[in-house]
Amino acid sequence: MRAALAILAKDLRIEWRTRESVSGVFVMGVLLLVVFSIAHDARPDAAPALLPAVLWVTFVFTGLPAVQRAFLLERENDCLAGLLTAPLDPGALYAGKCAANVVVLAATQAVVVPLAGLFLHVDLLPGLPGLVLVLLLGNLGVAALGTLFAAVAARTRARDLLLPLLLLPLLVPLLIGAVTATRTVLDAGVGAALPGLRVLAAFDVVFGVAGWLLFGYVVRD
Amino acid sequence: MIGPVLRARGVVRRFGRARVLAGVDLDVDAGEVVALLGANGAGKTTLLRVLALLLRPNGGALSLFGEDATAAPPALRRRIGWVGHESACYPDLSAAENLAFYARLFEVPDAGARVAELLAWAGLEEAARRPVRTYSRGMSQRLALARALLHRPDLLLMDEPFSGLDRDAATALEERIAALRTAGHAVVFTTHDVERAAPVATRLAILHRGRIAWTHEGQAAHAVIAAAYAAVVVRRA
Amino acid sequence: MSSATEMRRLLPAATCVTMLAALWLVFMVVPTEREMGIVQRIFYFHVASAWMAFIGFFLVAGASAVYLWNGSAGADRIAAASAEVGVLFCSLVLVTGPIWARPVWGVWWTWDPRLTMTVILWAIYASYLMLRAFGGEDDAVRRYAAVLGIVGVLDVPIIMVSVRLLRGMHPAVIARNEGGSGLVDPSMRWALAVSGLAFVLLGAWLIALRARTARLADELAMLREETG
Repeated sequence: MRAALAILAKDLRIEWRTRESVSGVFVMGVLLLVVFSIAHDARPDAAPALLPAVLWVTFVFTGLPAVQRAFLLERENDCLAGLLTAPLDPGALYAGKCAANVVVLAATQAVVVPLAGLFLHVDLLPGLPGLVLVLLLGNLGVAALGTLFAAVAARTRARDLLLPLLLLPLLVPLLIGAVTATRTVLDAGVGAALPGLRVLAAFDVVFGVAGWLLFGYVVRD
Repeated sequence: MIGPVLRARGVVRRFGRARVLAGVDLDVDAGEVVALLGANGAGKTTLLRVLALLLRPNGGALSLFGEDATAAPPALRRRIGWVGHESACYPDLSAAENLAFYARLFEVPDAGARVAELLAWAGLEEAARRPVRTYSRGMSQRLALARALLHRPDLLLMDEPFSGLDRDAATALEERIAALRTAGHAVVFTTHDVERAAPVATRLAILHRGRIAWTHEGQAAHAVIAAAYAAVVVRRA
Repeated sequence: MSSATEMRRLLPAATCVTMLAALWLVFMVVPTEREMGIVQRIFYFHVASAWMAFIGFFLVAGASAVYLWNGSAGADRIAAASAEVGVLFCSLVLVTGPIWARPVWGVWWTWDPRLTMTVILWAIYASYLMLRAFGGEDDAVRRYAAVLGIVGVLDVPIIMVSVRLLRGMHPAVIARNEGGSGLVDPSMRWALAVSGLAFVLLGAWLIALRARTARLADELAMLREETG
């Protein structure tokens, strides 16, 4: 998997250098959070109940531009052709891009989650380890499916319209698992959240493997 | 290297319903430089991408270095160098970083030294630390060529390498291709500029409507090529 | 008569016969359910549609896998046809559900696990059809659709498990119905079985028709391309 690491390093270096698409994703995350919080206009004692749903809807929607940028950056100068002429296993390309997406999503989560705690009057510190686990598992699932379908959408005409259409229905079980797990983790700790965590873990494993195996069919013409 | 580098028989490639390549036959041996001529839309880029294993043929047979290329094992890819319309280099990374990345991807053994060697060869040492975004067309071209040669490929495929180059840059490119030929590489390039093809090619071919319509061994006078071109394109149009 | 033509005649005939049998059973034979009344008869078609919707889903995935494996255009046509027919039956489930629910529970809709699952299934079907429609002209779209078909079916077990988590969030309106409506009378079981069979045959017939139409369209296009 040296190639995957090379791709991950290259993607992160480019993102760090330009910071344009990554900052776009951050800003979108914060904006969505603000919009949802204002739209609910909940009383301070009712607001905490909204946190799990608001958080995960935000992440699912910011996941879309986040995974798209992984393939947008290959479009300039036809860099994708450069990658595809290499003796590169498509699975390695998938792994590298997926890992880069996980990093970008994690960075977004690091920004959005504290803000959500602030806007919705939730003290996140007690449940933090459990919360981080849920965030990570959810992140992996979004990246796993998102990387696969961002590649599909990038190669079709109506790419901006198509990606949410393809991804959102498939992500619903992840959304359900993540929201229930987040709620339980904050209320009752990690142990009680096992059902939701199991769903997330299953999702990650199934679609991580599926994405790795199917990626070749998407990128190789 | 013995044996044919490339052998294509009846290669077909469709796009949707249309047949872009309708049965191409082509042989290339080591030390040959084949220039593929043809009008825009004749299928030159598609053919080159099929030869580079970027596209799979929908019909026909393609063998590279004596092996069937339809499975496209990584070993075959290691021996092919590709220079497309665009440089395939990340605009926000420097030349050195781009080459280092590709050296990792192609598992080039002496990566550091090889990158330095090619930067010197391409005349990009001074600009090596600047982002590729700031390069001129000629510099990008040389970088793309350096990238393609990193892994010492036996077959080099170039799509319209002369387009957008001024006279000096074009002459320099011709010299580089000649040097590659002498070193035993096989080169196939496409161009729609008949003037450029003549001096450096060992064989010329015209691609028209998805088939090779005319070939000529050895050097040919510009007039001969132009006449053949006009005949093929005009007659069949 | 070749075997293909025989099949072509057999399938509609079998469908008609079973469908008539189902209608007879559901409206003539089966007793009116005690608690829900006449509207309960919709249950047989509702469940039968759901079975066909699921089968369609698995057909899409299976045909997609075959297509990715050997590039068979026939498999691709079956995948596309199964998706179109499957979304039809899925829509029927979503329409008959509320029609049944309203008189019985007093609400048009509830996020009970089964209905939620059906909605998600419908959405995945829809995204598959969108991809095929808007993905572009190239053959590559077939590959992408095949990938989606396979990923969709892999999602199904995860959806099943995750929607059960939802029950903790909403009041359990339909606990009573979870087990499948308690079919007390044996004729009810027969009615369900025959309805199921009728709908499956109907689905198969529609898929076969759709795939055949697609094949003829492809052949026509090939002919045009070669002579043009």
